[in-house]
Amino acid sequence: MLLDLRTVTKTYPGTEAPVLRAVSFSVAAGDRLALTGESGSGKSTLLHLIGGLDTADSGVVAIEGSDLTPMHDAGRAALRRGTVGVIFQQFNLIPSLTVAANIAFQARLAGRHDPDRARALALRLGLGDHLHKYPEQLSGGQQQRVAIARTLAPRPKLVLADEPTGNLDEATADRVMDLMCELVAETGAGLIMATHSERLAGRMMRRLHLRSGQLA
Amino acid sequence: MTWAILTALIGHWRRNPVQLFTLLAGLALGTALWSGVQAINAEARASYDAAAATLGEARYAQITSRSGEPIAQATYIALLRAGWVVSPVVEGKLGPVRLVGIDPLTAPAGVGPLPQGRGGDLAAFLSARGQIFARAATLGTLPATGADLVAAPQVAPNTALADIGLVQRLLHRPDQIDRLLVAPDQPLTRRPLAEIAPDLTLTEASEANDVAKLTDSFHLNLTAFGLLSFAVGLFIVHGAIGLAFEQRRPMMRTLRALGVPLGRLIALVGLELAGLALLAGALGVALGYVVAASLLPDVAATLRGLYGAEVSGELALRPAWWLSGLAMALGGTAVAAGGALWSLARMPLLASGQPRAWAMARRQRGQAVLAVALMALAGGLALWGHGLLIGFVMLGALLIGGALALPPLLALGLRWGAARARGPLAQWFWADTQQQLPGLSLALMALLLAMAANVGVSTMVSSFRMTFTAFLDQRLASELYVTASDEAQARAVTDLVAGRVRAVLPILSIDRTIAGLPARVYGARDDATYRDNWRFLRAAPDVWDRLARGEGVLINEQLYRRAHLDLGANVTVAPGLALPVLGIYGDYGNPEGQVVLTEALFRKLFPTVSALRFGLRLDPAKTGALRAELHDKAGLPDSATVDQAAIKALSLGIFERTFAVTTALNILTLAVAGFAMMMSLLTLAVLRLPQLAPVWALGLTRARLALLELVRAVVLAALTGALALPLGLALAWALLSVVNVEAFGWLLPMYLFPLEYLRLGGLALLAAALAAAWPAWRLSRLPPTQLLGVFRNER
Repeated sequence: MLLDLRTVTKTYPGTEAPVLRAVSFSVAAGDRLALTGESGSGKSTLLHLIGGLDTADSGVVAIEGSDLTPMHDAGRAALRRGTVGVIFQQFNLIPSLTVAANIAFQARLAGRHDPDRARALALRLGLGDHLHKYPEQLSGGQQQRVAIARTLAPRPKLVLADEPTGNLDEATADRVMDLMCELVAETGAGLIMATHSERLAGRMMRRLHLRSGQLA
Repeated sequence: MTWAILTALIGHWRRNPVQLFTLLAGLALGTALWSGVQAINAEARASYDAAAATLGEARYAQITSRSGEPIAQATYIALLRAGWVVSPVVEGKLGPVRLVGIDPLTAPAGVGPLPQGRGGDLAAFLSARGQIFARAATLGTLPATGADLVAAPQVAPNTALADIGLVQRLLHRPDQIDRLLVAPDQPLTRRPLAEIAPDLTLTEASEANDVAKLTDSFHLNLTAFGLLSFAVGLFIVHGAIGLAFEQRRPMMRTLRALGVPLGRLIALVGLELAGLALLAGALGVALGYVVAASLLPDVAATLRGLYGAEVSGELALRPAWWLSGLAMALGGTAVAAGGALWSLARMPLLASGQPRAWAMARRQRGQAVLAVALMALAGGLALWGHGLLIGFVMLGALLIGGALALPPLLALGLRWGAARARGPLAQWFWADTQQQLPGLSLALMALLLAMAANVGVSTMVSSFRMTFTAFLDQRLASELYVTASDEAQARAVTDLVAGRVRAVLPILSIDRTIAGLPARVYGARDDATYRDNWRFLRAAPDVWDRLARGEGVLINEQLYRRAHLDLGANVTVAPGLALPVLGIYGDYGNPEGQVVLTEALFRKLFPTVSALRFGLRLDPAKTGALRAELHDKAGLPDSATVDQAAIKALSLGIFERTFAVTTALNILTLAVAGFAMMMSLLTLAVLRLPQLAPVWALGLTRARLALLELVRAVVLAALTGALALPLGLALAWALLSVVNVEAFGWLLPMYLFPLEYLRLGGLALLAAALAAAWPAWRLSRLPPTQLLGVFRNER
């Protein structure tokens, strides 16, 4: 199993109610899963735990059989470099690097940089004419496509997307979604996407709904 | 992975060249002033070492005459026969050069130029024609002697060495010896010195004239200035690094989110900063060389004027100072970056990515507590501390305490302004200024330090100048000063002026050791000139009458402080004769102690000393005619007669040169502080768009906003200036009442110079306006799309 969550619970310091309560589910390679729920239902927290950006209070978050919770920071960082790719709502591009360098960045960190693949991804995502530009010179849709290319370049086994089209208009969001799903499918990776949009969630193979930190 | 991370980190500087320039320039300027001062100190110390090495000064015990008279050749031979292993030295001025004669056959090992000298051998050195060793620059100033000139860079500056026979001939001092160097190993069977030559005295090596010790206080002064400049530079670097971290915080978080290990990230950021520090340090050392090279001639003149120390005017690239410059650059960056790296290490991966420069207000309470503690420490040291080092620690505590107190005090002032603001624009202006304060506080602290240093040092120098000018009026009362070359000429002079002048005041003096300190004893004629002009710091009743009766002595302030000789204390002026102190007089610009006896007593105690210098009292209008007559009839060269005005001008010239370095460093420090403010404003301008864009959108033009930015900088500088004044005056008091007393031995009255402070305040406001002008101009020309970008959440 690519991802296995068992009774994962998380409470933020200073708050009484857990943000996640005994959440359990699994994702296999090639799965495409939509994570829906209202604001504050725990979608982003769940993605952060899976991505090794945060740790659960109890339960197991296992990727390819390895539990992330007891791992040291360095181990979780290695996981983010090579196994899991995260696409953020705010894009989180590196403003001091060009589009080309941003796309290549994570693959270089993972030691899997393939210039041909990076270029092919850029062309597929319609970024061919913008490779020498800086992020601030791009529109929101273009920046999100750079973020997708960056995440997919090192061929992660699991892609996490946190409201990837939340900052885009509907038409642009649809185009970006199509491309993302197509490219993820080509790599055979698993995909978990947190979204508010019923329309986008409908494009996924499976859907999980979170309500007050619990799977509904 | 490492290269990928470095690319991202370095890319930030490529995209933000102004910030990179701030960082490099701040560090380079700070390092430049520090290493410049260190270069000057290193050059001076090398010159002292050269003097010690080539002349044996301070390394060997010496025998000199108690009376200051030369030692006769016969006495030297008697000492040799009695078993003493000594070597004769004679010295004097040949033109502008200090010419020293040694005997290479008897000189202790290492003394003289021959063992190290290149191009000289003993036979040539001792030949009838002889050789003179000196630095190339010194050889160029020697008058023609007929001897061979040999360049020897290891010889002390402005000093030339030759065989004693040749020097005696050139100085017209046959068979005369000034001192005898005593070899460290002496036969146990030798007869005591007092038995062979009771008029000679032995000075142990550690007590011998050590110019390095004398000048230590001056160099400590310079070092303190260098540190102050570096501290100002450090404020700039701290600000630049802090803001760079704030700007890069979201990027750091992204890097971490993408899987960059924390340890690697911190190591690479540290490596990046170390590289930048080395680059800036190298630039700073190069700039420091330029600063030192331009200041060194003045410093050399000062040291010559104040201490008689010869320092080379040429600067060598010595590893000691350029390495210390690089070390300070690296250390300074480490200090400035320490906090930022610590916060990076503790940065939560998922916290908000908003800049936190504005969230520094909570630090103000801690700063205020520390400031009060440091001020209390400074006050305690002022009351109960002793010594020069404690004086500088007190200054440091005062200045750092003052700087730390600035942000909380400015915040108070701004709150006061906000409470009185009427109208929405004024309210926004004061509130926005408060919000900007944390981001600007480091630059404002640098400005405060620079202004306080300017107020303090200018008050000290101006107070000193006023005191010194009044002192010159007292001490240089004679209208004409005459120097005869020998006793016969002296008699011719006194015969010629008899009946033509109101008074002839012989200047009799001899160097003695008084209360264990080197001092000069003077014999003064009982004359109205002294009674009318001299002012005492402390005096017994009827001081002049009692002095005239030979009932006591006058001493200068230096001797009073260093030897703790108060009124009534006995001073041994000759073997078996101790006289009480009747008066203590101020004696500024002189490092040595002085004792004044009445003329009659002086002549009785030191009958071999005759007066070759005289002060003449006459109608000032007649000095020109008398000088001409002295030239024509007594054969006195023009250089042997100096009128009062010329001496005063010369003395004031030496005084001005003495403080030229201080003034130059002061101006440089203020310039660096102005630069710090400009760089902070430029960097903040980028971060401030989200604050300015809404105000612009609500109807304020960009030009109006730019004008308000300019006004804000001037308001902050004015408030800082108002706080710098009391701090500067406290600094002046500490310099005048603590540091000067410890370093030079004189206490100076403190005068206030309100117009000078107003001028300085005006300069600071101008500097602030100029510093704000560029960022304001950029704001006024900012394309509206960039302001709109704030609302599109694209930043």
